Amino acid sequence: MADASSLGFWVVPIAVLGGAVRVSTPFLFVSLGECLTERSGRINLGLEGTLVMSAMVGYGVSYVSGSPWLGVLAAALTGAVLGAVHAVICGLPKVNDIAVGIALMLFGIGLAFFLGKPLIAPKANILPAIDFGWWTTIPQLHDALKINVLFLLGVVLAPVLVWALRSTRWGLVLRTAGESADAARAMGYSVNRIRLRATMTGGFLAGIGGSFLSLYYPGNWNEGLSSGQGITAVALVIFARWNPMLCFWASLLFGGAAALGPALQSVQITWGYHLFGAAPYILTLAIMIVTCSPKRTLVGAPAELSITK
Amino acid sequence: MNFDKLSRRQVLGGTAAIALAGALPAKRAFAADYTVGFIYVGSRDDYGYNQAHAQGAAAVKKMSGVKVTEEENVPETDAVEKTMESMINLDGASLLFPTSFGYFDPHILRVAPKYPDIRFEHAAGLWVPSMPKNIGSYFGYIDEAQYVNGIVAGRMTKTNKLGFVAAKPIPQVLRNINAFTLAAISVNPKVTTQVIFTGDWSMPVKEAEATQSIVNAGADVVTMHVDGPKTVVETASRRGVYVCGYHCNQAALAPNFYLTGAEWDWEDLYPKFVTMAMKGEKIPNFYRGGYKEGLVKSSPYGAMVPDAVRQQADAAKAAFLSGNFVIYKGGLKDNKGNVVIPAGPGLVQTDIKLESMSYLVDGVIGSTS
Repeated sequence: MADASSLGFWVVPIAVLGGAVRVSTPFLFVSLGECLTERSGRINLGLEGTLVMSAMVGYGVSYVSGSPWLGVLAAALTGAVLGAVHAVICGLPKVNDIAVGIALMLFGIGLAFFLGKPLIAPKANILPAIDFGWWTTIPQLHDALKINVLFLLGVVLAPVLVWALRSTRWGLVLRTAGESADAARAMGYSVNRIRLRATMTGGFLAGIGGSFLSLYYPGNWNEGLSSGQGITAVALVIFARWNPMLCFWASLLFGGAAALGPALQSVQITWGYHLFGAAPYILTLAIMIVTCSPKRTLVGAPAELSITK
Repeated sequence: MNFDKLSRRQVLGGTAAIALAGALPAKRAFAADYTVGFIYVGSRDDYGYNQAHAQGAAAVKKMSGVKVTEEENVPETDAVEKTMESMINLDGASLLFPTSFGYFDPHILRVAPKYPDIRFEHAAGLWVPSMPKNIGSYFGYIDEAQYVNGIVAGRMTKTNKLGFVAAKPIPQVLRNINAFTLAAISVNPKVTTQVIFTGDWSMPVKEAEATQSIVNAGADVVTMHVDGPKTVVETASRRGVYVCGYHCNQAALAPNFYLTGAEWDWEDLYPKFVTMAMKGEKIPNFYRGGYKEGLVKSSPYGAMVPDAVRQQADAAKAAFLSGNFVIYKGGLKDNKGNVVIPAGPGLVQTDIKLESMSYLVDGVIGSTS
């Protein structure tokens, strides 16, 4: 191992870079999924439950089958099923999607804890990383550049979603449902069906995010695994103005912030580690305050969304 | 019933009857067996703090004539008071083990005076004679086992840098960090310990990041004080550095990197307490102990630990068993250069001053604030 102290303060940016890549993936997938759901005019707060439940299922399937990729698939399907439950209940008349979301969040977490008891002790196979740091002799940088395929998938997915929402028929229909349900109905589309598909896709993506938690980083199943990342990611969508590409950058920011506290402590900046941990939330709050106005809804917010109506 | 027709006399009589019924001592649910309640702050099988207590509870379950009732994931809030009261009133528990640090003040202190016949045994609390007599606080000097960890770590490190992932800078945690570091320095004076606080007891992503940072800073042996050490053990082994466990034996998670570990031994203590309570003997209100009293133990050494290192660690264990070894010697300095223990014989393990430790010793890189 090379002399670590020679890196000096450079340890911090390298750690933040590595942390951004490692920690951001669940944020990225949940926020992309939620972005789609919200653009169709519905908010799914249940994604925290989806994240935890799919993390548990992914870990369990990987443990039983020996294949972590099968675990990812199972986690994604679990997410889609939970998304479908949300969409079907919200499709009933006079149902509040926020209340259903909170109920599903508690349900998902509770069910995952209940079914996940026997999975805490065993060790499942976890996902491999691709080594992009073969060219460097600095071990810290080398390790920061070990990148999981799911992260790369997210990197590709974000611009694809931007394009698809803007330029495809599918994207137009989804946005129509989100901006004006009446217009969508007038065009002959079933708003409920559009939102069902959007919520299921959102759940599917959140499920992939959950599998990343249990099958790559931190890479085990325990009951504190998510510690609120799902709900943070839902807030992150507002922060990112319902734009998938901004979701990507916001996820990197939140991920990097998680690495900042420990990295600063490792270079003897020991004050305020709670403050660094809270930095992204303070930033979110600041942006909300600066950009909100009583005269109009938030820029980019789908008009049908119950939080903006 | 037509309430309009009630006479004043009937109302008065009825009210008096209800008041009388309420004043009668509530009869507790009848239970043939002696019931013991265990309350955990997290999951019972977390490879950590709660699992160690649950193993103790499992040992109690095997005793005849004893019924065990357990509840997990009980937060350190009013919720634990409700759990304790329901265990007493509904399950008929006569002895309670609320095991988490934050249950003690104010929750146990509030519930215990209401039930003078029920025994409350709390881990890590600091009982003082002004508190109710039906409360007991017991704890193990697990810093002794962290001292043994430190000897192994100090000998096994090649970079002379050790890492410690810690939750919060409270006395029990600081004691572990300091014992680990003092032991490592005693066998290898060049050693320093990098400590990183995550801010809470169970934060898997933060713990993984903290471990990454410590390894990035050059540490090649890592230990921890968090509720579930699983994440730190696995992350360290994936980075290819050695790890010393805590709370429980985590060797199965990283067989090639797990040197040894500091473990609780509640399986020994809990049945002892339950037997005493059943016989009506008095359990000491303040109970402490280390290796000698059988409250802590070490995980078996990993295959990679050479014989010479094992002998040195075993010698430290023997010193603790003999009961006259002092970790915190006179003239001890903190990492800001202040003398924190005056010159002289030092502080023996039982010294109550150690339970309010607020400093990191010389050799620890980090700060308590």
